[in-house]
Amino acid sequence: MRQYVYTVPVVQLRDVVALLGRFPALAGVDLDVDEGEVVLLQGPNGAGKTTLLRLCAGLIPPASGEARIFGLDVVSQARQVRRRVGLIGHATGLYRDLTVLENVVFWARASRVDNPVDAAKAAMDRMGIETRLADLVVDRLSAGQRRRTSIATMVVRRPELWLLDEPHAGLDQSGRDKLDALILDAAAAGATVLVASHELERVGRLSPREITIAGGAVVSHVS
Amino acid sequence: MNQSPSTGPNGAADSSDTNDTGDTGTRTLGVLCLLGFVLVLVLAFGLSEPDDEQNDLVRIMYVHVPSAILSYTGFVVGALASGFYLWKKSLAADLLAHASIEVGVLFGVLTIITGAIWGQPTWGTYWDWGDVRLVSMLVLVLLYVGYLALRGVGGDVNTRARRSAVVAIGSAAMIPIVRYSVNWWENRTLHQQASLTDGKLEDLTLFTLMTSIVVFLLFYAWLTTKRFRLGWLEHQVTELGLDEAIAQRRAEARTGVDAAVGKSPHSDTVREGREA
Amino acid sequence: MFRDALLIAEKDLRIEARSRVVFSQVLPFAILALVLFAFALNADRPVLRDFTPGLFWVAVLFAGLLAIQRTTNLEHDDGTNDALRLSAIEPASIFLGKMMAISVQLLALEVLLIIGVLVFYGAAIESVAGGALLAVTSVVSSVGVAAAGTLYGALTAGIRGRETLLPILLLPVLAPVLISATRSFDDAFGSAAVNGWAWLALLGLFAVVYLTFGLLAYGILLEES
Repeated sequence: MRQYVYTVPVVQLRDVVALLGRFPALAGVDLDVDEGEVVLLQGPNGAGKTTLLRLCAGLIPPASGEARIFGLDVVSQARQVRRRVGLIGHATGLYRDLTVLENVVFWARASRVDNPVDAAKAAMDRMGIETRLADLVVDRLSAGQRRRTSIATMVVRRPELWLLDEPHAGLDQSGRDKLDALILDAAAAGATVLVASHELERVGRLSPREITIAGGAVVSHVS
Repeated sequence: MNQSPSTGPNGAADSSDTNDTGDTGTRTLGVLCLLGFVLVLVLAFGLSEPDDEQNDLVRIMYVHVPSAILSYTGFVVGALASGFYLWKKSLAADLLAHASIEVGVLFGVLTIITGAIWGQPTWGTYWDWGDVRLVSMLVLVLLYVGYLALRGVGGDVNTRARRSAVVAIGSAAMIPIVRYSVNWWENRTLHQQASLTDGKLEDLTLFTLMTSIVVFLLFYAWLTTKRFRLGWLEHQVTELGLDEAIAQRRAEARTGVDAAVGKSPHSDTVREGREA
Repeated sequence: MFRDALLIAEKDLRIEARSRVVFSQVLPFAILALVLFAFALNADRPVLRDFTPGLFWVAVLFAGLLAIQRTTNLEHDDGTNDALRLSAIEPASIFLGKMMAISVQLLALEVLLIIGVLVFYGAAIESVAGGALLAVTSVVSSVGVAAAGTLYGALTAGIRGRETLLPILLLPVLAPVLISATRSFDDAFGSAAVNGWAWLALLGLFAVVYLTFGLLAYGILLEES
């Protein structure tokens, strides 16, 4: 494991418990992730991967334990944390009645990206969204095209921490390759990436570090 | 009319039967309420005189007016407790708001019922839209029924507390607006309705009313404390279950370690892939 | 903050312009309500004319409820709520933006329904002052209803049974708006001798209270657990 003694870990979880209603989805997670790392989260369904990612995004507060992202407390400094992270979850985060371009531009604007239209077009290009799709309403896209658009809305914000929940689901071969390239580039540029995925071989090639989660806690580290 | 004698003994029975929500303080309060209700009964039926205009009908005022005051107290305390919850995130304040508003709704309904009972002989009808106070109370009770409905949906405790707090404060802000608009609205008919508290009250009548108000407020304190403790106990029970669930989940994680170390063909391939 | 609010409002209105849900479903519902009222009151023109203001505002509130539900659900169907929370937009701006979008939709609804009652119920605007009162009342009521609606819409969003919970929470809150706006329209249509401008002040007070409350409280409702 790489050790950055002098920097604050990007993700720093200490005995974190998180509840979904009354169900403890996370029960005692300890985790450190340093800047620029790509970490693969794996584990069976219901292990708590999604909750862990949402917690790191500052969307769910820990019920107990300490959670710091970029050294910021996820509860008291939630807003600072949130605007620096990007999350790809199960929901698309897209407005069905807006076009692909309108969606990406809207989220770029919502995150105060400079030149939102150019940035949006660049992000769409990187995800291989053809220009003929740009003016199509999201409702008429296939699941794979929606996933690409969804990823583009995250990429355009240039987050420092990428939280990806089964991001390859629904993508075709070229989409997966594009996503992998994006992840590697982002990591090289200093972004930190957490990927929950069952696509082990694919993500394994990206990731020098692998974490298994079961029963709401980290049960093994492999680096 | 029969409200005070029936609620008194019921309440006392509660406090002596259950030890969980009672202690010396609430028991003292309960006994005080009981004695107070006996005193109010004696004053209301024995000592106070019939009204010049309303005769014996005036006696329902000793239940009606204190109920209305208690109801408003419940709503206002509910809003204050909700504000405190949002400030300090203290779940106890949330449960107090719930208890207070529930009692407030109960007595709001009692206010409406006693008002209607009084209205039948006075106006010749159970309901008259000209009575500003009753119409306002009806709107407010409906408003707070929404609050109770929201609380009944379940879900995460903190989410529920936050949403309920917003509704409790918003509803309290409605109290003056509702009163004002209904008051104004009623004036369109330009007839001044006879009201329970119209006219000068005689000394003993006023004394009876004041005594009843004090006793009802004590009763409010007693009921709200009880309801709050019940809510707190319910909360404790779910917390208890939660600790167990967390312990279970932790145990699950420990067995997960063995499983992961023992057999995980996928992680092997990943490791090979990476070393290669 | 205002720029972000405009971004949100523009987005919501653009979605409405595309999907036309309010235009093609909510508006017909409101007109249907006007027709049903006429049946219920035995299509008696003088009665309908006298009760035009009340019937009008009941139709607006029920139809408005649907429009509010539609606009709030936009943020809950596809996880855009989470994306908004991760964005740089303050909750107060989101509130303001959605409130503006709903206001515009309500106002459009009211304009079309006013034409409806002029035609169906034989209501008539007596004077220029009446017309002005009508216009200002519509605007102020729309803002008040939209402010309360945006707040309560976010409150019930994501709850199972939100379709039934929103009306029971929101309609009692809007009762004073119904009373005030009806009285104000009574003046505008000349169906009762009241001072509509005084009622307008009450509507204004309501709008200010709920705008302020919404700006302060909306952020609380966006959080979960």
